[in-house]
Amino acid sequence: MSILEAKNLAVSYGGVFIFDHLNLEIPEGKITVFIGSNGCGKSTLLRSLARLLKPAQGEIQLDGSNISSMPSKTLAKQLSLLPQGPVTPEGLTVLQLVKQGRYPYQSWLQQWSKEDEQAVHAAIHATGMEALTERSVDSLSGGQRQRAWIAMTLAQQTDIILLDEPTTYLDLTHQIDVLDLLHELNERDGRTIVMVLHDINLACRYADHIVAIQDGAVYTQGRPSDVIHPETIESVFRLKCQVISDPIYGTPMIVPQGKLRKK
Amino acid sequence: MSKYTPLRWNKTKLSFLIEKRTLWIIAALLVLCATLVVISTGIGSKYVSPLEVIQSIAGKGSSMNEVIIMKLRLPRILIAVLVGASLAVAGAVLQGIIRNPLASPDVTGITEGASLGTVLFVFFLSEKVSIQWAPLAAIGGAFVVTALLYLLSWKNGASPLRMILIGTGLSAAFKSISYMFIISGSFILANKSMIFMTGSIYGSSWEKDVSTLLPWVLILLPLTWIQSRHVNVQALGDDVAASAGANVQLHRLILLLLSVALAGAAVAIGGAITFIGLMAPHIARKLVGSSFGGLLPVSALLGALILLISDLIARTLFAPLDIPAGVFTAAIGVPFFLYLLYRNRNA
Repeated sequence: MSILEAKNLAVSYGGVFIFDHLNLEIPEGKITVFIGSNGCGKSTLLRSLARLLKPAQGEIQLDGSNISSMPSKTLAKQLSLLPQGPVTPEGLTVLQLVKQGRYPYQSWLQQWSKEDEQAVHAAIHATGMEALTERSVDSLSGGQRQRAWIAMTLAQQTDIILLDEPTTYLDLTHQIDVLDLLHELNERDGRTIVMVLHDINLACRYADHIVAIQDGAVYTQGRPSDVIHPETIESVFRLKCQVISDPIYGTPMIVPQGKLRKK
Repeated sequence: MSKYTPLRWNKTKLSFLIEKRTLWIIAALLVLCATLVVISTGIGSKYVSPLEVIQSIAGKGSSMNEVIIMKLRLPRILIAVLVGASLAVAGAVLQGIIRNPLASPDVTGITEGASLGTVLFVFFLSEKVSIQWAPLAAIGGAFVVTALLYLLSWKNGASPLRMILIGTGLSAAFKSISYMFIISGSFILANKSMIFMTGSIYGSSWEKDVSTLLPWVLILLPLTWIQSRHVNVQALGDDVAASAGANVQLHRLILLLLSVALAGAAVAIGGAITFIGLMAPHIARKLVGSSFGGLLPVSALLGALILLISDLIARTLFAPLDIPAGVFTAAIGVPFFLYLLYRNRNA
């Protein structure tokens, strides 16, 4: 198992500091969701955790060691990232895509070991893509495409999976489908899942731990029922709302105020 | 998954996953290429039957056929194969790492750099130094353009989009400089340079051309092929590649250098033959998909085929006039290029 944490992290982008002195520990084996308004830095934080951005100060630690000094392949065996709206090359099949998840385990002579084969099959099975392995990814529906990409990150066999807005561009049915799948992966294999979501209600349903980010700082964090109040939403999103209980799961559910005419 | 055959030698830990369809396509293209080599070697001012061509190649033909086949025609045919294959692979690599379907040695300025290198050589050095050194000037030119391309598109790493934009600009700039020399120079030098800039493999010989290009191709093609999985992972985007554990910038530089070396060597021998680097990988992708392990050999064979056919047309259609083969690769290439642009019009 692996513990991922940000220690005194500062990240700058084109000379402007997005974060300064940020400390955050990702709970192990849980689903953590980052929420926040556009441009608050939640994607930047996720990318820093995956070492795609170099900290200006501080560090990201995995099990106590600084990830920026770890060999790329070692890190890739423990932590994978699915970026927002990934693009597949023309004609690439699902199998060929999922196979790429084995990159950190391969060498130029060893490109399809028995372990590779097992991991790829397991990933395809876990995402329910068995019938579609020969289809080209660009011919699939949005939801299936996202499943194929998740299968690729699964083939990487990491304890921690980071996902940047995995439900963007999907209709509601497929959003639920993808989140159910991630929940299942977390339940069954105990994988740590960290993702950025826009939909607060879905975030409350699926997250064990919510991190609300505002202006490059952690505004509040904790269990959805503990942190999601009208005051939190008003500060983080500048949105007046009421918080009621989700009729199915009892998790917090926000109802935005808006300026619609009153009945 | 019966469409795939896993290849494993457990003792050496060697393991690959091979798609059967790709193997069949490679085999078919090999046969097609070999057949075309034999047939087109036979065609010319004196017709030699395919059987006699094979006899001559095996060293059992008549002495007259031997001279025609072995001395005059075969070197040129082999150069067509080598140049076509090199340009196609250079293009396939560029399209993979730049992730742009329009990327190719001629669009990113590599071909134009090599051309300018040769034009400068023709203008300033050809009276003092043997023409045998011209390939070095071409390869030098190709690398100068690449260095510029990298310098100008670097901003926390070389991004694919900046590379294609700056490459297009460099290509135009280098081409104009070449034309400036040609227009201002003497007629003979200008003519020599023009033929080179169109791309001609007229008068190829064993000693000068085949023996220069063959080692490059024999070393660079396998070297590029073993980089396949790096191309594959980069094709998924820089973020995905990096989080899968790839050293994206290092591999991009290595692959770019391999591509430049292949394109530079091919242009040095065959002149600025355009469109093969663009076209062959696209057709290959339609045949075997974009997985690079299969794409590379199929592109190479298709590149060889296109140049073989273009050169056959170029030297027979208006015989005894020998037109540069580059004219015909462009003639095939332009409609294809327009078709691609038309298809991508909404993208």
